[in-house]
Amino acid sequence: MSAPTIQSPARKVGDAPKRKVKAKAHWRERLRRDWPLLLMAAPMMILVWGFWWIPTLGNVVAFQDYKPFTGGIFGSRLVGFTHFQVLFTDSEFLRAMVNTLSITAFQLVFYFPVPIALALLMHSIASERLRSMLQSVVYLPYFFSWVLVIAIFQQMLGGAGLLSQILRSNGFEGVDWMTDPDTFILLVTSQAIWKEAGFGAIIFLAALAAIDPNQYEAAAVDGAGRWRRLWHITLPGIRPVIVLLLILRLGDALNVGFEQFFLQRSAVGSQASEVFDTFVYYSGIRTGDFDYGAAAGLFKGVVGLVLILAANKFAHMLGERGVYSKS
Amino acid sequence: MSSRNRPAWEEKPTAAGLAAKGASIVVIALLILFPLYTIALTSLSSGDTVNRVGGLVIWPGDGVTFEAYEQMFRNPVVLRSLVVSLGITAVGTAVSVVVSILGAYSLSRPGSFGHKTILFSVLLMFVIFPGLIPVYLWVSAIGLRDNYLAIILPMAVSAFNVVVLRAFFMSIPQELFDAARIDGAGEFRVLWQIVTPLSKAVIAVVTLFYAVAYWNNWFNAFLYLDDTGKWPLALVLRTYVVESAPLPQASGLQDAPPTLAVKMAIVMIAIIPALIIYPFVQKHFKKGVIIGAVKG
Repeated sequence: MSAPTIQSPARKVGDAPKRKVKAKAHWRERLRRDWPLLLMAAPMMILVWGFWWIPTLGNVVAFQDYKPFTGGIFGSRLVGFTHFQVLFTDSEFLRAMVNTLSITAFQLVFYFPVPIALALLMHSIASERLRSMLQSVVYLPYFFSWVLVIAIFQQMLGGAGLLSQILRSNGFEGVDWMTDPDTFILLVTSQAIWKEAGFGAIIFLAALAAIDPNQYEAAAVDGAGRWRRLWHITLPGIRPVIVLLLILRLGDALNVGFEQFFLQRSAVGSQASEVFDTFVYYSGIRTGDFDYGAAAGLFKGVVGLVLILAANKFAHMLGERGVYSKS
Repeated sequence: MSSRNRPAWEEKPTAAGLAAKGASIVVIALLILFPLYTIALTSLSSGDTVNRVGGLVIWPGDGVTFEAYEQMFRNPVVLRSLVVSLGITAVGTAVSVVVSILGAYSLSRPGSFGHKTILFSVLLMFVIFPGLIPVYLWVSAIGLRDNYLAIILPMAVSAFNVVVLRAFFMSIPQELFDAARIDGAGEFRVLWQIVTPLSKAVIAVVTLFYAVAYWNNWFNAFLYLDDTGKWPLALVLRTYVVESAPLPQASGLQDAPPTLAVKMAIVMIAIIPALIIYPFVQKHFKKGVIIGAVKG
């Protein structure tokens, strides 16, 4: 936003345009003044409460011996933390936890740097047109559904896919990476890179564009070559964004996505592909043990919330902005 | 071409550097475009060609035919699911965009009655999730099973999109609002005649996000629609292509898993809407619409 050319007398030159906070009037007067705003917010609030916060309260079933037909949520007996105690002795739940955390760790190393590298590459393309064309191409898969992405990967790398087809027609044996539990972690990471790394580069591109070009010029005049400029100007310039996204990813460690794993679970087997979210589905909805599944979901939700808050706190400690700040 | 944009102090790129960069660009573009190309080509090939090649078609030259598309549209399951998907996407996107614009505008006026409560109910959606089971039980309990509303309503408000819109609305200079208010305009008029015309770019991006979410959604349909006759395209795609299975209880419609060319035609039909809308919206990504909102 460019600064307005005419400054209002109350605003000092150089001040960012700031929205005036209305003085607090009596609530009845504010209600009379603001009812159109409340009316505007009403449909959104009905949907948000009706399909987000009311179901959130429904997590109480995690503490019940929930009987869907005879008891319902108001008539079922409370059993305290029983389901949670069972969870920690359930080998499938523990496997889902181990799988989720391994995939997160693996992707921190092999996925996380890809958008940064991609942004550096795109930023270094001098031709505006070529850069814009490449951007259009790499953002595109972000808008495909997981169903599509997996269908596409199946056609390329599956047992009947293109790669096997080419290998076989040249006298080699075909491969089927879509059903191999041993390489599953590589497969899901490649899928994530294919679908999302391009779009993930946007935020780094913005950070790169915000670096003052005078710094590069000064460094070049002082004799710094392109690699030294990359090391001493570019990377420090985007470091805050890198640190922030890294911390956010750590705070989101329990989330590796649901659809991608759910869609491939039957092909690969639960041994390799069971993650928290698929465990909730299979232990809760598929078998009808809603209370048990809800307990697994609630455990994930609460630990996830604690991790996000901790990550944000950590970001503030490092002097970064974090996702939210006290305002 | 490139020298025009290069500042005077920057070294001339080395031949090896240029070659490496060019090669990476080509490889990245091919990794994304080649699968799409061969899927498109297979969907446009005749059954004979696909059989002879033994799978996906890489080389053009056997001619283009719309055979697979004709077959696909003769399959009542696919045709119907396409209509369902278009309907859900159109209605859902319209509801979501209107509700989000109204809500975001209301949230862009701090100090108004109930502002904090409303803002917190939206912002907390970023960190607290109801979880799959409680939503499933609730949506089933209020009688939305086998109702298209079960697909639309749970995903109608995206906190992210509301925050994107709100951040943009708040960046509109206060003077414009003051002037409109002096002229006697109420909130609805300010929103309709001042805010929306200035926010076309961000509204376009948010509309794309909602439309893509509805078009791609299959899991809500999978959870709540027992009648496979009501299934959207994404779910039919999952069953036919990913699972390579016929639809369960296909409402009496005769239904066998389709041939490869027809499968690829279904994949293309699922991709094409994104390909059509995308260029119109893509230019706005660069204008920092999203980044600004994420930071705000």
